[in-house]
Amino acid sequence: MTEEGLTLDHVSITIDGRALLEITQQVLPGEVLTVMGPSGSGKSALLAFIGGFLDPAFRAKGRVFVSGTELTGLPAEERHAGILFQDPLLFPHMSVAGNLAFALPEIVHGHAARRRLAEEALADVGLAGFGARDPDTLSGGQKARVALARVLLSAPRALLLDEPFSKLDADLRQQMRELVFSKARKSALPVVLVTHDEIDARAAGGPLIRIGE
Amino acid sequence: MIARLGPPLAILLLTGPVLCGLAGTILPAFGYLPALGGTRFTLAPMRDLLAEPGLVRSVLTSLAVALTTAIIALTIVILFVAGWSGTRIFGRILHLVSPLLSVPHAAAAFGLAFLIAPSGMIARLLSPWLTGWRQPPDLLIVNDPLALSMTAGLIVKEIPFLLLVTLAALPQVKRAETRALTASLGYGRIAGFLFGVWPRLYSQIRLAVFAVIAFSSSVVDVAQILGPTLPPPLAVRIVGWANDPDLARHFLAAAGALLQLGVTALALLVWLLLERLAGAVTRRLRQSGRRWRREAVLRHAGLAAMVVIAATVGAGLALLAIWSVAGLWQFPETLPGSFTTSTWMQAVPQIARPLGITLACGLLSTLIAVAITLLCLTRELQTGRPGGRGALMLLYLPLIVPEAAFLFGLQIFFLASGAGSGLPTLVLAHLVFVMPYVFLSLSGPWRAFDRRHEAVAAGLGKSRRTILFRIRLPMLLRPILTAAAVGFAVSVGQYLATVMIGAGRLPTVTTEAVALAAGGNRRVIGVYAFLQMLLPAAGFAVAIIVPALLFRRRRAMRAG
Repeated sequence: MTEEGLTLDHVSITIDGRALLEITQQVLPGEVLTVMGPSGSGKSALLAFIGGFLDPAFRAKGRVFVSGTELTGLPAEERHAGILFQDPLLFPHMSVAGNLAFALPEIVHGHAARRRLAEEALADVGLAGFGARDPDTLSGGQKARVALARVLLSAPRALLLDEPFSKLDADLRQQMRELVFSKARKSALPVVLVTHDEIDARAAGGPLIRIGE
Repeated sequence: MIARLGPPLAILLLTGPVLCGLAGTILPAFGYLPALGGTRFTLAPMRDLLAEPGLVRSVLTSLAVALTTAIIALTIVILFVAGWSGTRIFGRILHLVSPLLSVPHAAAAFGLAFLIAPSGMIARLLSPWLTGWRQPPDLLIVNDPLALSMTAGLIVKEIPFLLLVTLAALPQVKRAETRALTASLGYGRIAGFLFGVWPRLYSQIRLAVFAVIAFSSSVVDVAQILGPTLPPPLAVRIVGWANDPDLARHFLAAAGALLQLGVTALALLVWLLLERLAGAVTRRLRQSGRRWRREAVLRHAGLAAMVVIAATVGAGLALLAIWSVAGLWQFPETLPGSFTTSTWMQAVPQIARPLGITLACGLLSTLIAVAITLLCLTRELQTGRPGGRGALMLLYLPLIVPEAAFLFGLQIFFLASGAGSGLPTLVLAHLVFVMPYVFLSLSGPWRAFDRRHEAVAAGLGKSRRTILFRIRLPMLLRPILTAAAVGFAVSVGQYLATVMIGAGRLPTVTTEAVALAAGGNRRVIGVYAFLQMLLPAAGFAVAIIVPALLFRRRRAMRAG
């Protein structure tokens, strides 16, 4: 396998002795691996394993690499595997710009520089001027876009998507899909998408793995 | 990290004083107290105890009060929750009843006394047009020999406590689904609740009920204000012996404290029997197949009881305020003839020191308790292991072992070890009671925190420390401040701990207020009791206002 992108090396997850999945797969930069399956099949567990926050009830084996760096064994905060959940989960005690600035790596110094980058990121997803807003006052689609901007600002090495479009209505879903996938391609990020929606899989256009059937 | 210190500190705090206190009680009870010349084990203190007049009566009073309070309080809570949970009225009554939790027992007792006494508000409202009284009747209502007033005073405080504990446990028992199910089978609300939800719910609140029984069997301040005087409940007598200038009586007090332990244990045993009985009765009723749909009377009785309780405590507190500024107020006038601030003016110089000590003790014990709780809960996060049933029982330990039984011994322990009776030991004594309440109050919201926020932040590359201080703690600010307010209220309301450990040298607003009870000067009592009620209220005001201010532009933070 090449060193580029995300590598899942014989990743297997079991719970109570029951094997949920066994995956060996390469995800190239900008490519989207779609994992589909019914609820309870362990798809979210796969994301949790890659991200580093797998519930102790599960037993997992195998290794995960990103661009040659091994993630298995690293604590979650050092993996830089950005995650988007079904709910945007914007931090309610910070403003929109605050949420974005929080995501910026420490290397970026200075209040002014951080604010500027946050504003640029907002403009990039079509939400220019929303910086001072209370996240709770945004619409569902707006929150989803802020969540996307936030995760991209943290300079992740990979993107983990846990059914991020399922709470949006059909039109928004289409827009968000295009936005997320195009941004991932532009930043050359390998993406793992967990979903039960066939249209998501088709729009992703990458390798598809079905589990639990 | 420092969080590792949390659990050991908490365990030390919850069990250490109780165990040391019990040792300090049991040894002198059998004659061993070198400081007072007792160097051999002897049964003399026990014999002296049994020779005390009216002992059986005192014991029976304590037992009866404990069991009656628990039965009535639990019944009303069951009726109310069974009959009304899920309705809009439920929420409104909750808003009415929850603040009662912060009212110290003594203040509530004083308020009740001012309400039901022969010259109290109720008599005044009904006189002379209904009762024909032109002078207060010669009835023994407050301090009645059957301890009815005392039981009432305890019930009005224990119901809000049991109600809130029940509410905390309710989400775990699938109430709404069970109601739908039992209703579809034809059962009334109350029956469906009792048969479907109650067994599971009760097992969650059982320890709290034990705490109510233990408290009621050994409470001192409410007993002194409302309870019978000849003879008083056992705990009051123990305090009397402990404070006796004749130091030899200390042995008697220790023996009495040991007896109190036995009385509380007996009360709990009887309760366990009652549990069995109630279980058997419920099973019989359940198997009878009767649907019990005609429950309107019971339902409304539960609601009425709640309203009456809130009204009673509210009226009592209002009376405290009125009396504190009353000028001449003769029976049977409903309102004072004149108002004056002289009572407050005269009280201010004397109240300064107790107030200062109350505040210092309250703030310190609350701060330490919150800090230790946060350490424990953070440690829970780190190890991934939530506290189990053992941890819960540990938390309830200081609440179930009767105060009178171990505080007395703790005082002896402090004196013997040279720790003395200054502010630090008083704070420690208060901490023993503040910690359980702070922990119980905070652990729910802490454990319910959506951990996906932390997953998101970790995915953004933030360290665990950053996540704790910039995500979890700020988002939990309101529950943390509320838990602190609860702890502060508990500290302000402490009576026995201050009296015993402070050795009379550290008066607080509560001890001064209870000491005034014997004097009967309602105006001064009104001032002190009103202050005693004001302090916890101020704490809760802070817990509401600070987050509201900090998050005034964050809608989602205000909602919860």
